[in-house]
Amino acid sequence: MAGTVIPFGPQHPVLPEPLHLNLKIEDEIVISATPAFGYVHRGLEKLADIRDFRQMIQVVERVCGICSMIHALTYCQGLESLMGVEPPPRARFLRVIWSELHRLHSHLLWLGLFADAMGFESLFMQLWKVRERIMDMNEATAGNRVILSVNVIGGVRRDLDPGQTGWILSELAEVEKGIKAMGRTILHDYTVQKRTRGKGVLSREQALELGCVGPMLRSCGVAQDMRLLGYAAYGELDFAPVVERDGDCYARCRVRFAELGQSIDLIRQSIGKLPAGDISVPVKGRPEGEIVARAEQPRGECLYYIKANGGKFLDRLRIRTPTFANIPALTVMLPGIELADVPVVLLSIDPCVSCTER
Amino acid sequence: MVFMIPVVLKNLFSRCATRPYPQSPRKLFAGSRGQLVNDAGKCILCGTCARTCPSQCLTVSRKEGLWQYEPFACVFCGVCVEACPTGSLSQLSQWRPAVRERESVVLKVEVKSGEEGKRHRA
Ligand code: SF4
Ligand code: SF4
Repeated sequence: MAGTVIPFGPQHPVLPEPLHLNLKIEDEIVISATPAFGYVHRGLEKLADIRDFRQMIQVVERVCGICSMIHALTYCQGLESLMGVEPPPRARFLRVIWSELHRLHSHLLWLGLFADAMGFESLFMQLWKVRERIMDMNEATAGNRVILSVNVIGGVRRDLDPGQTGWILSELAEVEKGIKAMGRTILHDYTVQKRTRGKGVLSREQALELGCVGPMLRSCGVAQDMRLLGYAAYGELDFAPVVERDGDCYARCRVRFAELGQSIDLIRQSIGKLPAGDISVPVKGRPEGEIVARAEQPRGECLYYIKANGGKFLDRLRIRTPTFANIPALTVMLPGIELADVPVVLLSIDPCVSCTER
Repeated sequence: MVFMIPVVLKNLFSRCATRPYPQSPRKLFAGSRGQLVNDAGKCILCGTCARTCPSQCLTVSRKEGLWQYEPFACVFCGVCVEACPTGSLSQLSQWRPAVRERESVVLKVEVKSGEEGKRHRA
């Protein structure tokens, strides 16, 4: 019997994002998966033609809500190196604090959605209850829950006073407690194990060949993490990438769960080491030249190519988001599994489609 | 599911985690970027805000003495507030409320002659 092609998405009850896959199915078993792109394309890169390079900070933040802060950070870091600007130390540590708050809330969001895809509603709600504290921290310190808008070329726009850092630390203790309480369920629950172990296995070689990034790659045993480049203040903080070996959905879940603790630790370290001083330096002139800027987003490496000609508008802005690099893995992970497992495997890559399609 | 049972039981006997929204809204955070307001008395119609606004929702016309703002195109980034040389723009911590009619804000601003030049030199 020839297979039947089933369109999975862009509108599907399990999908938080409009990902579109054409699945070829035979007897409930997936034979092949073909991703289709473009459903939410907004043409943000093209906006660089009519918005000047400073206004583009607010535009790139809107490439993706969940990693808005790190998009702006990558863009600003790229322009800073083009313009020869060195952000002050305090700004570099503040950037780490907000980046890690973003990673925390993104991973909690993902864990919740993943639980939801497995049909584990109570776990989903519990995780999002914890996440709410982080959203509050974002709003109280940066002014908005999602679009933080703290980055400028040459530093950050907001400072943290001692009262705020103290409050962040006490809230983090609560968040940590909440995450710990969920740890046994996430890592050892029978339902979770049954739905994730041995599903969507990706080998180390396949992951490298397909160009996977972030937790996808780390769950296959490759210790790749852009934070090791030491951008912002990561070079002065103590951490090691979380690595797992199995390469299945469970391993990806473990990596992201462990990274929650890592982010909390990084925020604590940064607050402990937060130097005094200015939060930004004045920037004069316009960028010229071309550069590739990279940073680690919750979903993996994000890459910005910026070409400037010394004018007000950039010549070219190209954004390669982590989900774009991770989607090819679906074409090898999905064939051979049952249709009922597709949502779990699909969500295990932590797809962010509005960011992929920009 | 077994590990979840204590949490579920605790939730069952503890206070509600959600708020009955319109009746009891959440406390606002002091630094939230909410509604944008312009103090027409301080504005000198220099147009800096309109030039820096990333969503291009501000229009300043010195000839007609008008400062115009499209709240529905605004992304509340606060860039204009930081750019304004006279501090006439500010952001409240209250978000923009829902409205029935889409309206833009038009302020009539009177700039005393000579004032702009003076402020710029200062
Ligand atoms: S920047 Fe300030 S003073 Fe200048 S036009 Fe805008 S609101 Fe008025
Ligand atoms: S807050 Fe941002 S989007 Fe709104 S008017 Fe000011 S600069 Fe424009």
